Amino acid sequence: MSKELIRLRDLVMEFDGERILDGINLYINDHEFLTLLGPSGCGKTTTLRIIGGFLTPTSGTVTFDGATINDVPPYKRQINTVFQRYALFPHLDVYDNIAFGLRVAKVPKNEIDQRVREMLEIVSLKGYENRHIDSLSGGQQQRVAIARALVNRPKVLLLDEPLGALDLRLRKDMQNELKRIQQALGITFIYVTHDQEEALSMSDTIVVMDKGRIQQIGKPEDIYNEPKNAFVADFIGESNILDGVMLSDYRVRFFDRTFECVDKGFAENEPVDVVIRPEDVDVVPPKQGHLVGKVTAITFKGLNYDIIVEFKGFKWLIQSTDYQAVGSTIGIRLNPEDIHIMHKSEYSGMFGDYSSYSAEYDELTEDAEDEEA
Amino acid sequence: MKKRNAVLLSTPYLIWMVLFTLIPLGVVVYYALTDPGTGEFSFINIRQMGMYLPVLWSSILYSLVSAVVCLVIGYPVAYYIAHCSQTAQKFLYMLVMLPMCMSFLLRTLAWVGLLNDQGIINNFLVAFFNWLRSLGGIFSRIPQDFGRLTLIRTPGAVVLGMVYNYLPYMILPLYSTIVKIDHRLIEAAEDLGCNGVQTFRRVILPLSVPGILSGMTMVFVPAVSTFYISQKMGSSSTVLIGDVIERQFKQGNNPNLGAALSIVLMLLVFVCTGIMNRFGGDDEGSVMV
Repeated sequence: MSKELIRLRDLVMEFDGERILDGINLYINDHEFLTLLGPSGCGKTTTLRIIGGFLTPTSGTVTFDGATINDVPPYKRQINTVFQRYALFPHLDVYDNIAFGLRVAKVPKNEIDQRVREMLEIVSLKGYENRHIDSLSGGQQQRVAIARALVNRPKVLLLDEPLGALDLRLRKDMQNELKRIQQALGITFIYVTHDQEEALSMSDTIVVMDKGRIQQIGKPEDIYNEPKNAFVADFIGESNILDGVMLSDYRVRFFDRTFECVDKGFAENEPVDVVIRPEDVDVVPPKQGHLVGKVTAITFKGLNYDIIVEFKGFKWLIQSTDYQAVGSTIGIRLNPEDIHIMHKSEYSGMFGDYSSYSAEYDELTEDAEDEEA
Repeated sequence: MKKRNAVLLSTPYLIWMVLFTLIPLGVVVYYALTDPGTGEFSFINIRQMGMYLPVLWSSILYSLVSAVVCLVIGYPVAYYIAHCSQTAQKFLYMLVMLPMCMSFLLRTLAWVGLLNDQGIINNFLVAFFNWLRSLGGIFSRIPQDFGRLTLIRTPGAVVLGMVYNYLPYMILPLYSTIVKIDHRLIEAAEDLGCNGVQTFRRVILPLSVPGILSGMTMVFVPAVSTFYISQKMGSSSTVLIGDVIERQFKQGNNPNLGAALSIVLMLLVFVCTGIMNRFGGDDEGSVMV
């Protein structure tokens, strides 16, 4: 990876005595696609606004290319922002919106024209130059907002939930589009979202945040496969999280049974959180299973069935392509690589239990996100 | 609501409008186009109006100057109010409205009392300089009765009267336009390289245009037809078209000519609002006119 561009050191942000950010330490490399991911109120937008210069941290430093920029106003930063719900200028047409930053910078007229047209092509809005902002669809407005920011050739582009207001189909298209633009132009993207799928599919690095603290930083695969604590495991994808005891390296005990696993380096007999992803569980006839449970609910999800299985009072979510009747008894097998071990954390016991399962569970994190400070 | 119900409910007002707006308007037009002596159809009033063109012109000028002064004073005030906390906004809004709760005549007379040759301001100034002189030294050279100013019966006094009376009509539409400007647009401008002045010039001001036009219209229209202010605070050289019209009717000179003049004034107001609305497009804010 290339050189470091931005570093946040011990960032603390307080509003009216309430701590929004609690010691953020993070570095961002040049040309990186980094995503700040977390639920509403986790501090991700606040972090972004500090990088953009719209907020000054209560304490801690922001450095850009080696220089501290805490007190540098937004208009002097080589950073541009794609705002939540776009914030396009309603008194200007598409062309003038995109040309705005260049005109402020007093770029020669013919160069402005050339760069704006180039940008219109990149975001596929050729022919929309003189359209009024209000006459554009959400997706088109989104692309104007991206063009308006990128035409200034910033070193860093900040994107605050840029796809939040679009419908699912358009969101998928724009995800690909954004990734393509980022790779073509080689600009650092700092992307804020609460949508874990979006984060997983676009990012080079994901920063998972909650309660004003960074929970985990890593590549999408690492975050998914080796979540650091119950919060991350639950927020990224679906997880069954159980209490277990690490007997020794590669041996973990839960549900009164000892399993082989691939983790090591824990203390002997350390209580741990055991994560089992629903798609990793193999459903087998009861006699061949490590565990035997009873199906209590099943929901068709298109690609697979979500099956809730009860083992000794604890309900698991299992994803399988085969139908299982409610009330039937099934066995499951766990391979060593299906079992992920995490240290106990403040989040232990809060997540990963599907006892209160309802078919809408996967939408819980997606609603009413926008109004974050 | 069904269309028929709407018609039914609006009938009282429609009748009112026909009786007290449309029919009187017809009467005014009739008077304007009839000879004061013979009562026959005639353009004599229109022809006579020529001698009042300078008055009409100065009325327009006074009203425009007042509207511009209101804008210059009102814009910063409206901007400030729009950026206060919610409670402060409510309080300041009420303060702006407060003078409008008092009688227009009373307000104007109060200014007369302030600006008169023997008025409060002049009496204060004279008393102040007399006091200075009583200190002796170089102050003893101040002549007796120094400091008296000619405040009343000047063009400035007429503009002052208009500005004072109509300033709320400027501030309120400006405020309601500015307060609606999305804060994120200002952040976006800063993000794209604008400092404070550039942000104002490129984003805030263009987005205030509907409020500016609406405020200008709301000050200009009543100011151009006013008569009381110029009578009380002006002189014979600051006669406005409203005064002329009033005189034609009240002193019984020539109601026919007065009618013709008021039609011209009405057309003028129509043209002005038309021009302003054209510039403002169909944006909100101009709705208030």
